[in-house]
Amino acid sequence: MWDYSEKVLELFYNPLNQGSIDDPNQPDVAVVFGEVGSIACGDALRLHLKVQPSTDSILDARFQTFGCTSAIASSSALTEIIKGRTLDQALHITNRDIADFLGGLPEAKMHCSVMGQEALEAAIYKYRGIEVEHHEEDDGTLVCTCYGISEKKIRRAIAENDLSTVEQVTNYVKAGGGCGSCLAGIEDLILDAQQSVETVRAAAELAVEREQGIQPPISLTNLQKITMIQTVLDKEVRPVLVADGGDVSLHDVEGDRVLVKLQGACGSCPSSTETLKYAIEAKLQDLVLPSLVVEAI
Amino acid sequence: MLTYLDNNATTRTDPAVLEAMLPYLSELYGNPSSMHSFGGQVGAVIEEAREQVANLLGAEPTEIIFNSCGSEGNNTAIHAALAAQPEKRHIVTTAVEHPAILAVCKHLEKKGYGVTYLSVDERGELDLLELEAAMTGGTALVTTMVANNETGVIFPVEQIGAIAKAYGATFHVDAVQAVGKVPINLSQSSIDLLTLSGHKLHAPKGIGALYVRKGYRFRPFLLGGHQERGRRAGTHNVPAIVALGKAAELAQTHLAYVKREADLRDRLEHGILATISDTVVNGGGAPRLPNTTNIGFKYIEGEAILFMLNKHGICASSGSACTSGSLDPSHVLTAMGLPYTTLHGSIRFSLSRYTTEAEIGQVLAVMPDIVERLRAMSPFSNDQAGWLQERDLAIVT
Ligand SMILES: Cc1ncc(COP(=O)(O)O)c(C=O)c1O
Ligand code: FES
Repeated sequence: MWDYSEKVLELFYNPLNQGSIDDPNQPDVAVVFGEVGSIACGDALRLHLKVQPSTDSILDARFQTFGCTSAIASSSALTEIIKGRTLDQALHITNRDIADFLGGLPEAKMHCSVMGQEALEAAIYKYRGIEVEHHEEDDGTLVCTCYGISEKKIRRAIAENDLSTVEQVTNYVKAGGGCGSCLAGIEDLILDAQQSVETVRAAAELAVEREQGIQPPISLTNLQKITMIQTVLDKEVRPVLVADGGDVSLHDVEGDRVLVKLQGACGSCPSSTETLKYAIEAKLQDLVLPSLVVEAI
Repeated sequence: MLTYLDNNATTRTDPAVLEAMLPYLSELYGNPSSMHSFGGQVGAVIEEAREQVANLLGAEPTEIIFNSCGSEGNNTAIHAALAAQPEKRHIVTTAVEHPAILAVCKHLEKKGYGVTYLSVDERGELDLLELEAAMTGGTALVTTMVANNETGVIFPVEQIGAIAKAYGATFHVDAVQAVGKVPINLSQSSIDLLTLSGHKLHAPKGIGALYVRKGYRFRPFLLGGHQERGRRAGTHNVPAIVALGKAAELAQTHLAYVKREADLRDRLEHGILATISDTVVNGGGAPRLPNTTNIGFKYIEGEAILFMLNKHGICASSGSACTSGSLDPSHVLTAMGLPYTTLHGSIRFSLSRYTTEAEIGQVLAVMPDIVERLRAMSPFSNDQAGWLQERDLAIVT
């Protein structure tokens, strides 16, 4: 049985704002709805908005949902969150806001909150006359054909929720939950996102250094070099290896040749030694000197 | 009040079963393999339990091997069949088996075995011509369920067995859901191996048995000690074996009264169909277990129905994707080709000899309101809805 929060159960058993909105045909009132999902997928949400054009704000919101307990609660939560907001404010709402409003959702149910965020976006785009088709064209290519999930949607879920594994992506947007042929593609998107996070971080650090007038070292004394290599091994490399039952120690530095001793689990298997050597080399080249080469002894 | 209609998931341990096993959890703790009479006296009760289980199946006591559960029985049976004819590398099974068969078959496919998964029609029934066509001289094993856990649909095992035998294949049946609910007589049967599980027939969880036809060249799955004549190593779970024996004895008596369960089930089924529109009985056109009904409620989702039922203290189950935490709905209902409108909204009610009229009345009393509430929330209301059609197509392509 799912471990739903009190709030989820409360909004499921006594949902707020369920139903649709009829156009009252009043001045300065517009009615629109946005939909996502399908009965084939097992959940679908039609979100109805009553908008005040003069203030560009949401007067009322209702939902119609086909789905499980958490899909219904997420829909109800969404309507509560957006009432009274301007459309621009509403567009900034993420699936995480919906999940937080509910006091959290089980990991495997996070896609219910994503559905809410998407329906909101669909409704607002529709109101603003941005063709949904047009919007979806921008979505980039489909990564998961089983569930019709685009690259853009996956990238967004990864970025907004800090996802780091393929399983998480499946929990949040369903991609990868069918035939599984897109799993490698999803993994690439995660790696890509992680790299771009690192690039941004590195660029920021560089900018700070420039501002502070610190120049990256151009030439190092041998002692400086050894100290830096030792620091990188201790801080960056060893913790990972030790966690896997292995270890590495610095044996000697001869010019640009870094002689290391690989131990334990990693040292025992020739192919992993090879991989490891390159991994350590890449780290040292990156963080100490590009000309360094690593040799296992 | 608790209304327990999830007996295909597990059953209540019969009080008489509990009473029978208790001494072996306390003062009679000896090991039946020990060379002293304190342990030896326990050995005698194991043999008595073996006889009780054999009687329920129309088998001989030496044909019964005690093990830990239905899943173990299924794994062991497949292993044994492949070991018996190692040169044959093809298995025939069905698309609607329990994961304890399907997962093993998928694993074997990776190891180079060929597996044919027979399809079922919309009533959940097999096509014996498809079985015939699938059989080859290289087929080592035909394994099918006797009755399906989700729909209760019963397969014609003797006809299947005859075809399996004609091709020299081992015939295994997963009878976990059938034992105790329909009569089984293995003395006149083409079945070589049969799996049963205690917790589905009012014994506790974690005990099962595998029937192995006399003369079958059985190779054990679990190696170690000489228990069960070397056919299943591991110190006997004495209390649970005693319990399974007692449960088998009670089940045999109960078989005569199983019509009462069928009547209650029919009342539930007819009541729901009569009071709630857009409902269908999945597998309703096929021969079924007397205790099971699987009802599709169109346009709403199964997990939501279960949580509503749960609030009234009613326990049932659903094959909806949201229930399992996977993204796909029940492989059984999918194999039956159910339309999406019912696929995600199907609920299984499974009865037992403890089920009362009051329990059935309780479900009939609350069900219409639950369905009405969820349908009022649903954006779908008829099969012709343009949105529905459109999206269905989008998904298929
Ligand atoms: C048809 C069928 N086979 C096998 C099993 C597995 O039995 P056990 O839970 O004892 O491993 C079940 C139980 O869900 C079942 O319904
Ligand atoms: S393509 Fe993504 S799961 Fe099949």
